[in-house]
Amino acid sequence: MKMPLSALLGLIFTTLFFLAAIFANLLAPYPIDAAVGGVWEAPSATYWLGTDTIGRDILSRLIYGGQVTIFVATASSLLAFTLGSVLGFVAATQGGLVDQVLSRLVDLMMAIPALIIALVVLVVLPRSLITLILLMGLLDATRVFRLSRAVAVDIAVMDYVEAARLRGERQGWIIFREILPNALSPLVAELGLRFIFAVLFISTLSFLGLGIQPPLADWGGMVQENKGGLIYGKAAALMPALAIAVLAISVNLVADWVLSRTTSLKGGRGG
Amino acid sequence: MDNPLLEIKNLRIEATAYPPGEPPRHVVLVDDVSVSVQKGRVLGLIGESGAGKSTIGLASMAFGRGGVRLTGGQVLLNGRDIRGADAGTLRALRGREVTYVAQSAAAAFNPAKRLMEQVIETTLLHGVMGRPEAEARAVSLFRKLGLPNPEIFGARFPHQVSGGQLQRAMTAMALCPKPELVVFDEPTTALDVTTQIEVLAAIKEAIHDTGVAALYITHDLAVVAQVADDILVLRGGKRVEYGTTDQIINTPQEAYTRALVSVRSIDHVEKPLAAPILSVAGVTARYKGISFDVLKNVTVDLAPGQTLAVVGESGSGKSTLARVITGLLPAAQGRITFAGRQLSPDLASRTKDDLRELQMIYQMADTAMNPRQTVGTIIGRPLEFYFGLKGEAKRDRVQDLLDQIEMGKGYIDRYPAELSGGQKQRVCIARALAAKPKLIICDEVTSALDPLVADGILKLLLNLQAQEGVAYLFITHDLATVRAIADRIAVMYRGAVVRYGSKTDVLTPPFDDYTDLLLSSVPEMKLGWLEGVLLIRKMESAGN
Amino acid sequence: MHPVLILVTQRVALGLLLLLAVSVVIFAGTEALPGDVAQAILGQSATPEALANLRESLGLNQPPLTRYFNWIGGVLTGDLGVALTNGQDIAQAIGQRMGNTIFLAACAAAISVPLAILLGLVAARYNGRWPDKVISGITLSTISLPEFVAGYFVIYLLTQVVPIFQPVAMIFPGMTFWAKLHAVALPVIVLVLVVLAHMMRMTRAAILNVMQSAYIETAELKGLSPMAVIWRHALPNAIAPIISVVVINLAYLVVGVVVVEVVFSYNALGKYLVDHVAKRDLPVVQAVGMIFAAVYIGLNILADVVSIVANPRLRHPK
Repeated sequence: MKMPLSALLGLIFTTLFFLAAIFANLLAPYPIDAAVGGVWEAPSATYWLGTDTIGRDILSRLIYGGQVTIFVATASSLLAFTLGSVLGFVAATQGGLVDQVLSRLVDLMMAIPALIIALVVLVVLPRSLITLILLMGLLDATRVFRLSRAVAVDIAVMDYVEAARLRGERQGWIIFREILPNALSPLVAELGLRFIFAVLFISTLSFLGLGIQPPLADWGGMVQENKGGLIYGKAAALMPALAIAVLAISVNLVADWVLSRTTSLKGGRGG
Repeated sequence: MDNPLLEIKNLRIEATAYPPGEPPRHVVLVDDVSVSVQKGRVLGLIGESGAGKSTIGLASMAFGRGGVRLTGGQVLLNGRDIRGADAGTLRALRGREVTYVAQSAAAAFNPAKRLMEQVIETTLLHGVMGRPEAEARAVSLFRKLGLPNPEIFGARFPHQVSGGQLQRAMTAMALCPKPELVVFDEPTTALDVTTQIEVLAAIKEAIHDTGVAALYITHDLAVVAQVADDILVLRGGKRVEYGTTDQIINTPQEAYTRALVSVRSIDHVEKPLAAPILSVAGVTARYKGISFDVLKNVTVDLAPGQTLAVVGESGSGKSTLARVITGLLPAAQGRITFAGRQLSPDLASRTKDDLRELQMIYQMADTAMNPRQTVGTIIGRPLEFYFGLKGEAKRDRVQDLLDQIEMGKGYIDRYPAELSGGQKQRVCIARALAAKPKLIICDEVTSALDPLVADGILKLLLNLQAQEGVAYLFITHDLATVRAIADRIAVMYRGAVVRYGSKTDVLTPPFDDYTDLLLSSVPEMKLGWLEGVLLIRKMESAGN
Repeated sequence: MHPVLILVTQRVALGLLLLLAVSVVIFAGTEALPGDVAQAILGQSATPEALANLRESLGLNQPPLTRYFNWIGGVLTGDLGVALTNGQDIAQAIGQRMGNTIFLAACAAAISVPLAILLGLVAARYNGRWPDKVISGITLSTISLPEFVAGYFVIYLLTQVVPIFQPVAMIFPGMTFWAKLHAVALPVIVLVLVVLAHMMRMTRAAILNVMQSAYIETAELKGLSPMAVIWRHALPNAIAPIISVVVINLAYLVVGVVVVEVVFSYNALGKYLVDHVAKRDLPVVQAVGMIFAAVYIGLNILADVVSIVANPRLRHPK
């Protein structure tokens, strides 16, 4: 099966970002926190992407920052995904009171913009990695819940699920063998979208000074550190901004492709 | 002879299909078809799905749906070729010289506008007449088509009237601008049989009174025999046979046409009454949140190795009966006895043997099979689940079952999407058989299939019954199917059984009113049937 | 009573109930956390006296339910309390800034709504052809940009590469309307960029959905011109989904404003909120958070009401 160019590019870039994050220690030319050059030096052979507001190598910080951003985003989207999809499936197949309670709770959470909830609880919460991951995972689980519940409800009314019920199959078989294989593609695409959301969200929080705290660095925080240079024509802040944009667009392209492939399962009758 | 109104010469129609995940594919939908329609005559286009009949119908307006292109031949309307004519010319003739009646009027009417506005839209647009005259004509057409309160009918919105009325309103919309040709695209297919005959009669009378020519597209030869002067039989986009209606019905030349004419003529002699394997006694049921009973005191019996046909129109409760017997909808009252033991009303508390011996086949084979499982898995699962078969033994048994449903080798590792409609239904039958059931509930299992394919399925079911001695509870709205397969019949109407007995008894007069209406509404494959029925009904109502 | 009126009343009542529940969440969001709120705000090094003072001023010595009713009662009567950090009256501080936020959001909406509908129409009209592909390609990229990233790209482009604007957006009382407009140009551009993509894509989808209906084919077979098909048959059915799409995206805009205000140091409600999160000023954050949530919910109710009112099946029951 052929992959369109856009999706292929997206996949290549996504892979590169992840590899860079995993092998950050080997790849980064300079330490994360050492001032090695002058303030806001232009890109050169020594500092490929220049130096930052206190003379640190931007490329190195970008690689280490990517490690933090990607780790936090991956952890929180996995948490959101696991929590959301398990509860969503349970709500869809169980129905009744369980479904009602979970669905109303999610309605309530989604009635408030995620950023506002995050800001309110971050007033009193410690701004640690674990808090951020839990917070983002929980907020995002609501969206995964809605999607997986909707997908599962659509599949649960199919005749083949009814046939399995009439055969006497247990709940486990019905969820894992009848429903899950058919729900997989939209859910995988959703995992990509949730990951993007987490990247954008943690970057935004860090940019606002409420996310990753020093000495750790992430892309959002790097934009914040270097934004002052922009009005003097120093483009340092744009490097991490660009990294965020490229990662998000790449994952989006892959998710888009996965989603477009899900339609191929629905057979149609010609007229 | 005059010049024909519409003359199609060597028409070729092509399209590009875009299957997801695969390279675009070029397909020929219609190949080298020639046909003509004289002024005031009706041509029937008949064929199964994929025959290209709707495509040809739309081509007479030089219209291609989606990426469909008219790539060769001529479409002559009053002598001028409209294939490839410019957009302005086409707009001037569409809705003026040629008009269109769609299969689903419910979808074809704009939900946001009143019916009158839509019915007279083309008449005003093309300047055929002024608004007062157009509205007057619309009202007279409403009256002619037998619509209730014709004066105020047009003030209603599409969702406020019934499906049969919408189909008539669409016919009025097509006739209003006084066109020369009307294309009817399966106008009665979506309707219940008792509604179909009324709409059919209304359309026929309107065609006759206005003297308009028509293309009548359908898959049902018995229907087209009532309205068409000539018939073109199509298959796979090619012409099979072309002749007068009389010739096609009474002396078909081609083998395919003969098969179409003789469809549903399976000869099935009913078996004698015997002790029942299934008895439904006084069953009443209702759905949650609905204030009336969907089933009212239903009592029927079914003997081993026999077939009970449950007949009724949409809303009669026949599918609900199946849900109650399977335990999906527990009955509110009444008793169901199966194989000598009383069945628990609720699915969850039935034994594994109860479940195994009572299997079900669905109308839509597409949605009845998990698209992610192979044929081997689908048929193999009941073998594993009920009999613990595994590995080679299971595979061998699956192959036996595939042989039994006449599919043979090479299908076991295929996915449902790689099968034809008839093959899918066969796999569903094999899955039911795998459980070695005593009773199979067949819910409209042939309704979604083309007539010849449906015939094949019915013959298969009868053979399997003879071999395995399995009983069928056969739910259908189609009386021809009932004649072909039933030993006993229950006629249902609004949740109650109104007539019940052996096939011969149920189908022999004297009838109750509803059964009479139902039976007499089924189109028969002979000329003049429609007039005969209407005449009898008129005399009866005059007699009352 | 007319069924439309019943449904609308139900929807609004449900919305008000939701708002009440949201107020509980915003209030309890900080209550349910482990540990002591006063300690969390002041940090580990706080003296016992300072902690006691803070508990007193937050009313932490009272039971939570009493505090909630005091707080919500205050919110309903316009008394939002005083800021912990400087003792300023919150309602007063918000009053000044609210106008600025509304001005910014209104400017962004005034540009993005017509533009999004226009682009959506164009993309739907040329579905699958190059204008659609270009528009969809560009919006797919901007959809992946967080507000602040878009913000700095725009700042760099329009203040450094092509220096036509100031990088900060200062407006103050006494400025002329045109001066204000010029001052907010950059943040407005960023907001438009961020919200346009979503709005346009959803508009396109809504129109395509209608254009694929069978009654559009009927209209084409009636010999209507493409414009007449769109005007007479597509638009009456597409208008409700489009309005609904627009309103939902205005709700997104409300959140986007928060970050964009920080990027441009624009002295308004969003920046006020973020600044006080950093200072752990609980009463301010709760009050402003409640305002943002209320606007967001209000817009969502509006979207639902529009689609109820526009539905011909409900307006003209059987």
